[in-house]
Amino acid sequence: MSEKHKVTVTVNGKEHSLEVEPRQLLVHALRDELGLTGTHIGCDTSQCGACTVQMDGKAVKSCTTLTVQAQGRSVTTVEGLGDMSRLHAVQEGFWEKHGLQCGFCTPGVMMTAASLLEENPHPSEQEIREGLEGVICRCTGYQNIVRAIQYAADKSERSSEEVVTARTGSDK
Amino acid sequence: MANVFGSTLKRREDPRLIVGNGQYTEDVQLPGMLYASVLRSPHAHANISSINTEAAKALEGVVAVYTGQDLEGKIGTVPTAWLPPDSDMKTPPHEVIAVNKVRYVGDAVAMVIAENRYTARDAVDLIEVKYDVLPAVVEQEQAMDENAPLLHESAPQNIAFHWQAGNATDDVFDSAEVVVKQRFRQQRLIPNAMEPRAAVAQYNAGSGEMTLWVTSQNPHIHRFLLSGILGIPEHKLRILAIDVGGGFGSKIACYPDEAMVAYAARDLNRPVKWVEDRKENFLVTTHGRDMVLDVEFAGKKDGTFSAIRVRNMANMGAYLSTAGPGVPTILFGLIVPGAYKIPYAGADVYGVFTNTTPTDAYRGAGRPEATYLLERMVDLFAEEVNLDAVEVRRRNLIEADEFPYHSAMGLEYDSGNYQAALDKALAMVGYDDLRQKQADVRSQGKYLGIGVTTYVEICGLGPSQVAGAVGFQGGLWESATVRVHPTGKVTAFTGASPHGQGEETTFAQIIAERLGVPFEDVEIVHGDTNRIAMGWGTYGSRTTPVGGNAMALAVDKVIEKAKKIAAHLLEVSQDDVNFSDGIFSVEGAPSRSTTIQDVTLQAYLAWNLPPGVEPALEGTSFYDPANFVYPFGTHVCVVEVDPETGDIDLVKYVAVDDCGRVINPMVAEGQVHGGIVQGIGQALWEGAVYDEQGQLVTGTFMDYAMPKARFFKNFETAFTETPAPQNPLGVKGIGETGTIASTPTVVNAVMDALRPFGVKDIDMPLTPERVWTAIQKGSGQQ
Repeated sequence: MSEKHKVTVTVNGKEHSLEVEPRQLLVHALRDELGLTGTHIGCDTSQCGACTVQMDGKAVKSCTTLTVQAQGRSVTTVEGLGDMSRLHAVQEGFWEKHGLQCGFCTPGVMMTAASLLEENPHPSEQEIREGLEGVICRCTGYQNIVRAIQYAADKSERSSEEVVTARTGSDK
Repeated sequence: MANVFGSTLKRREDPRLIVGNGQYTEDVQLPGMLYASVLRSPHAHANISSINTEAAKALEGVVAVYTGQDLEGKIGTVPTAWLPPDSDMKTPPHEVIAVNKVRYVGDAVAMVIAENRYTARDAVDLIEVKYDVLPAVVEQEQAMDENAPLLHESAPQNIAFHWQAGNATDDVFDSAEVVVKQRFRQQRLIPNAMEPRAAVAQYNAGSGEMTLWVTSQNPHIHRFLLSGILGIPEHKLRILAIDVGGGFGSKIACYPDEAMVAYAARDLNRPVKWVEDRKENFLVTTHGRDMVLDVEFAGKKDGTFSAIRVRNMANMGAYLSTAGPGVPTILFGLIVPGAYKIPYAGADVYGVFTNTTPTDAYRGAGRPEATYLLERMVDLFAEEVNLDAVEVRRRNLIEADEFPYHSAMGLEYDSGNYQAALDKALAMVGYDDLRQKQADVRSQGKYLGIGVTTYVEICGLGPSQVAGAVGFQGGLWESATVRVHPTGKVTAFTGASPHGQGEETTFAQIIAERLGVPFEDVEIVHGDTNRIAMGWGTYGSRTTPVGGNAMALAVDKVIEKAKKIAAHLLEVSQDDVNFSDGIFSVEGAPSRSTTIQDVTLQAYLAWNLPPGVEPALEGTSFYDPANFVYPFGTHVCVVEVDPETGDIDLVKYVAVDDCGRVINPMVAEGQVHGGIVQGIGQALWEGAVYDEQGQLVTGTFMDYAMPKARFFKNFETAFTETPAPQNPLGVKGIGETGTIASTPTVVNAVMDALRPFGVKDIDMPLTPERVWTAIQKGSGQQ
């Protein structure tokens, strides 16, 4: 097929050099080349959001991003969001609030949620629901996804308060 | 350990899924793996005059190309597994790859196997096929016309089967005080599980063993059917479906693609992966619903019901899918009288071939369609006799003291307290105040509507004897093995195959409670035919009522054996041993005791076992239920309709469901939420549309509207608990209640809002355009 391109990309903090066809989709590089199968393909057309990852901190859909577009960038997948020893607040929220059922859309939904909370740390219920416009979940009816994201927002608020309290020692 | 059953515990399956360690079929990576891509018919109906695969085969990286002719005599056809009795059903062959004729857009024409997925796709585009295009028919009533294009020679007028049941005769309707008639359309729906279907096959030529990872709700049924198609003995065929990304019925069926992938892996002696894309999912994965329903409903002026009968013309698509024929017949017809005392009921069902994607189960499968027409008829009847829709329901619901209740369709409803669920839902929503508010705002030109559904559903499919009597080509029992390891930890194996329903958690709760071991010490294994001897899978809300009870009975067998050992160790008679919370103690001397863990270790050490007792500790149950179970409940929805635009605002939604004893309220509530949204999807947005040539117009997420988060506000859900009397756990099913109830609830609410305009019915989905048009055409009683 066509000539291959060299791409250097940092995924979950680790730099990788890949040789890829220019048409290769980022999601295939992540899944097939790097073995990061947490990112899923639900629709190939950017509507379902199961493939959502962060590129330089912004949520992007890896099923409609080319691997070559990731040249020199930093990509975070669900595997880089947090692990069992240190779950991200969003991961914890999804577990605590039953924000997933079959779990297939979940990595993409969590990556979307993490980006949403970075942009708006204290979203209202309506803002969360609107922030989920780019994802589809067929199992949960969304209510517990919303609760999960609210949990994560509350937790981040609590921990930043704790940090402030610790720094100022105001209660002591 | 007590009270684990009934508690909200976080799900056991979540950790692997939230850190990206799930094991979905597409995640399987094998050395030397090839990729498959399928060439699909662009025409709904055509003869294949020639296929040229030379260019495809010549492409670098292509390993093989298979056409239907290549497979002739080497592979079987795709079977139908449900043959409704006394229906003269036609089962024309469904070829794995079409040989001479294609019958719907998406029908497989060839399969390419290549070194990578991109090359496989490229090669598909290089295959040249000449078609002789034939006229197509997509709508079931048109297909039944004598002059319609014929799909299969063996099925004149495209009628696959005709099935009748019930006791509602003309006399009953001729003599009734009030008769209401209505035609409903159950639009075709596309299940759209978020995970597309996939299959990965690996063959070992030395041992003759085939391993197939596949997106399946019922791996053992897949093994059963694929064994026949491929000619591989069952014991050499291993099916794996560990994590499955939703099914909603669409992953029950055995599909041609799965057989093709396995065939290719064996033929080439290399692993092969196939993953459908979303477009293929729209075109090829089974669709749901698609029925035209003519209903007659009879009763008295005092609001009591006397009869219901329905003529159902069901669109089966181009071929009869695995469980397809059971949906519009058995699963639909038997529940037509619903939760009410209706002495006469009848169903007259035609299954019709058309040039469309085959239909099969979709969440609820038959029961949503029946509940919809019944609940809409109840509202139409209430209007006719000038009574409140809730009052009419109250007068006809089966009373709590009337169970077991024998319905006009021959079912024995196990238990229920329908009025209690109704009362609770009405209290939660504030029904009386709402009716007042409705009257108040109507005078201000606001159109509030209140919709109510009181439903009962059949689930927990078994029993096997009934499955046989209604033509299902399988048993409907379930297996469970509870293996207690020497340390007292437990691995349990279920033949059910959950794919999002959370049974790794709820089954562990059953075992922990009953065996008296910590919840954390129990692991549930499912979805692997090599680890689980046999099973029938997850669909029809059967997993907990059938599989869960199998688990409970397997635990009981463990306890029975452990008790013998405990009695021996404690040097007392078995009758003097009590078992509670994992502790065996001596009657009258509770301090003399031993634990299940100690007994288990002794069972494995086997140094000192009672005579005749074998070492080790495990129990297996093959549980065949005595009856179906019948969950029920009441859902209430409040909507506001904007007559200027036809927009519907979901103001409030309340659900009260009764699934018997609740094992984990959080998991059960999650099932209800998802079900409600899927049902509302049908009511308001979803619908597959074909054009006259049989092209699927709604073939992507851009054209097929799916519910999104911002379309909803929070639902209020609650349970009543009426234990199922015929199973050990007292459990029913909860996976489909939301979908069954929410569709008529929302439509009833919208029709209630539109009453001032004289609008009586609108075909789903109730898009703003349809609502607005209906208002314009209404009688203008505003």
